[in-house]
Amino acid sequence: MIERREFLMTHTVSLIFEKSKEGKQGWSLPCNHFSDVEIHSLVEANLLRRVHPQLPSVSEPEIVRHYVTLSQKNFSVDTHFYPLGSCTMKYNPKLNEDAARLEGFAKIHPYQPEDTVQGMLHLLYDLEQSLREITGMDRFTLQPAAGAHGELCGMMLVKAYHDGRGDKARTEVIVPDSSHGTNPASAALFGFTVLTVKSDARGRVDLSELKKLAGPKTACLMLTNPNTFGLFEDEIREIQKCIHEAGGLLYYDGANMNALLGLARPGDMGFDIVHLNLHKTFSTPHGGGGPGAGPVGVKKKLIPYLPIPLVEQKNGTYFLNYDVPETIGRLRSFYGNVGMHVRAYTFIRRLGREGLAQASRDAILNANYIKKKIEKEFAVPHPEFCMHEFVAQAVHQNNLGVHATDIAKRLLDFGYHAPTIYFPLIVPEAMMIEPTESESKETLDSFIDVMNQIAREAVHFPDRLKQAPATLEISRPDDVAAARKPVLTYKDYLGAAHLHSEKPEPGTPCPC
Amino acid sequence: MNYLPLTETDRQAMLCDIGVQCFEDLVRVIPSALRVKDLNLPGGTSELELARELAELSAQNQPPSRCLSFLGGGYYDHFIPSVIHHILSRSEFYTAYTPYQAEASQGTLQTVFEYQSMIAELTGMDVSNASNYDGASAAAEAVLLALRHTGRKKILCAQTLHPEYRQTIQTYCSGSHFKVVEIPYDSRGGLDKARLSAEIDSDTAGFIAGTPNFFGLAEDFSGIAQQLREAGALFILSVNPLSLGILKSPGEWGADIAVGEGQPLGIPMSYGGPGLGFFAVKRDLIRKIPGRLVGMTQDRNGKRCFALTLQAREQHIRREKAGSNICTNHALLALAASVYLSVMGREGLKKTAEYNVKSAVYLREHIRQIPGFEIVFGGTIFNEFVIRSTQKSSAEILKNLQNKNILGGLELARFYPELANCILVCATETKTKAELDRLVEALRSNQ
Repeated sequence: MIERREFLMTHTVSLIFEKSKEGKQGWSLPCNHFSDVEIHSLVEANLLRRVHPQLPSVSEPEIVRHYVTLSQKNFSVDTHFYPLGSCTMKYNPKLNEDAARLEGFAKIHPYQPEDTVQGMLHLLYDLEQSLREITGMDRFTLQPAAGAHGELCGMMLVKAYHDGRGDKARTEVIVPDSSHGTNPASAALFGFTVLTVKSDARGRVDLSELKKLAGPKTACLMLTNPNTFGLFEDEIREIQKCIHEAGGLLYYDGANMNALLGLARPGDMGFDIVHLNLHKTFSTPHGGGGPGAGPVGVKKKLIPYLPIPLVEQKNGTYFLNYDVPETIGRLRSFYGNVGMHVRAYTFIRRLGREGLAQASRDAILNANYIKKKIEKEFAVPHPEFCMHEFVAQAVHQNNLGVHATDIAKRLLDFGYHAPTIYFPLIVPEAMMIEPTESESKETLDSFIDVMNQIAREAVHFPDRLKQAPATLEISRPDDVAAARKPVLTYKDYLGAAHLHSEKPEPGTPCPC
Repeated sequence: MNYLPLTETDRQAMLCDIGVQCFEDLVRVIPSALRVKDLNLPGGTSELELARELAELSAQNQPPSRCLSFLGGGYYDHFIPSVIHHILSRSEFYTAYTPYQAEASQGTLQTVFEYQSMIAELTGMDVSNASNYDGASAAAEAVLLALRHTGRKKILCAQTLHPEYRQTIQTYCSGSHFKVVEIPYDSRGGLDKARLSAEIDSDTAGFIAGTPNFFGLAEDFSGIAQQLREAGALFILSVNPLSLGILKSPGEWGADIAVGEGQPLGIPMSYGGPGLGFFAVKRDLIRKIPGRLVGMTQDRNGKRCFALTLQAREQHIRREKAGSNICTNHALLALAASVYLSVMGREGLKKTAEYNVKSAVYLREHIRQIPGFEIVFGGTIFNEFVIRSTQKSSAEILKNLQNKNILGGLELARFYPELANCILVCATETKTKAELDRLVEALRSNQ
């Protein structure tokens, strides 16, 4: 029997607003050199704010304790195994953090003259070279801020490419039914009609269905490879042929690139556009929901359309090139999430050629190992070797009245973050497990033991699963009530009588 | 490799348990023609060597500690309280992901709830999302929201909105048959209200402007909200959040959507990213807002807690019917902004905002007196303003300043060709009076 761990997660923390008290302050500012000047003499009366923001007044030690206590209420990669499928929750090396905080990277202004930022541009240039080599693409833009932003960039490139050839009839984007939700959302956001191609019994794109969908209206196919089942699309060359013969482009969702470093390259598979998630494969931290970075790589024929500016080099001098006549334009301000680029660059340099390849190999080995060791207890829809992640199903447990969400919640009791659940949408009771290369065999073995124990609990003590988590501060928030009567701010809360049954810890409400 | 815990013995044992001879047996599904032999990349570098190399690359750049910078234009050098760095360095925050599992993410969820509350207060709006990428993409998403909400095809955009935001809006709108009409500025550098009135019609989905505008001027939007409301169009304001310590909020101007770049709220400049896009709306637009929302609710034991909510708007549920494609956002920077606003409180924010105004006005009035320079636009400013060099080219002026280790500002002609020899000069609370005087002296001796 495995013992439950105890956590520092046993009491609620009052809101920072509830800690506020008139007279307290967290700030320290220099004496104003212009204190004799009256602000009303400098700002027109009509432009001055009359309704003042109700921000908390709290001292510095209280602020620190508030946030540090809150931090301890999170599961995170540094504290917990976090096998959240398709999110690649790998270790975020500390050297990356140090690098991004170097003054010469962290404190420079985006409009500084290029001769004052040569080191920065040099790094961005070299990062692009590495990403090209890793993916087999011809050019990259580093601008997109996240994977979905990269997808949007990709859709813009697709449209620009077809328009540029006078081919204006291509209005459809095809996505597999197993694709990430961002794929169809990105295509639709940019005005494309989304067609869904079914997966076949092997969990791959159904080629015969794809052939029926592909045609003169096809702008592109968006594909993740390995796909969200963790399976390599082994008919990729036939898929590529089908789409290209129809006149469409092939888009690579790089969310699962962590399987392929040094093993295979999307560029060689015939993909025309690729996005990478630096916060997945290249170890930049997920930040509790970002920032990430989603560089986009293209084949030669799409280079003319890349967003501006591009980072280039001439005679050892680096510069930003805005002279891209057919560019799709701008996706955001400035040049990208540069702080993330510094971290990804550091990761690539640290691991190098062999290290990157070994990382993917270990990620694949770890996933197959867990799969093998839990497949007696949990159904797996595709009983073949997986790549860096796999999907298990809580279908045996379903008959016992236990669902994927119950298993996920029970895992939290044992100190493991849950897998991604109910995704892919087409698999009933899906649990998508991605261990990454960062986990030791010891961690994997413990996790496996717990998974199998939970499977036994489902049979003998299903209530333990239904009641889980039992060791954490809270258990199963009422999502329905949250959506029916949204309480989204402190002000909403003050007016929400239904939430005042529980008294928060002592503190004086904001008096402002 | 110190990032990889598996030993060679582990690997062999695991392969054996899986029932294969070697790793290659696991990946035979990849057609051999698609396998790469060896990436053409350098081998790994040790931590010590790489740290040295990175420090050398970093040293080739000039941060504000090595030059006196008056650059602004959407990203600003502000004081960042030490607390922020320490809290953002808590790896329980930065190595977690989107709080899908509420019980394992109450820390992140509560900080997002507090962030939403603070942004709503600051902007004078009802609801804020958990963040967008940056000011430009937030502005573009606001425009898409207006187009979708009204079912109309035309967006009016002030020409004084940050030029890179306008370019971003254009790019986002280029997929569908949306029309972006720019409203020019008048001789005072502010919005040409007559032109705006003339352009508002029954196909207008909304109007977006920035304040302070790109010339640093605080705009007067009296009457605009009503005009737009009567036409059934939405009013979108992009604001500098720090200016809201003293300047009228989007809520007070009657805006329907408030967006902006949150970088001034305790986020380092990092050569332009990552920053923070904030996005807040009036209550009737809650179900149209892009991105994550955190709500307060109760758990099954009646305990107060937090969870992601109204997820039926989002891509992972709605797929192609979602209002936005955003997934990963800028949560950690939203945390930075929350800590900043907690540290500052209402008073600290007001003092900082006033400091900016006073520094910038001091600098402006002293440059005004230098022969060879004129102030292009009058009016209320926050922390930047436009000067014109009447004798030498602005490029020459800036080059001379750079020789004295001063970055004098941003040449406006790159965005506004009609503003030749004009420079956008910025002064924040980070500049001492002596530093302001140093720029004035340098400009004086330039002539």
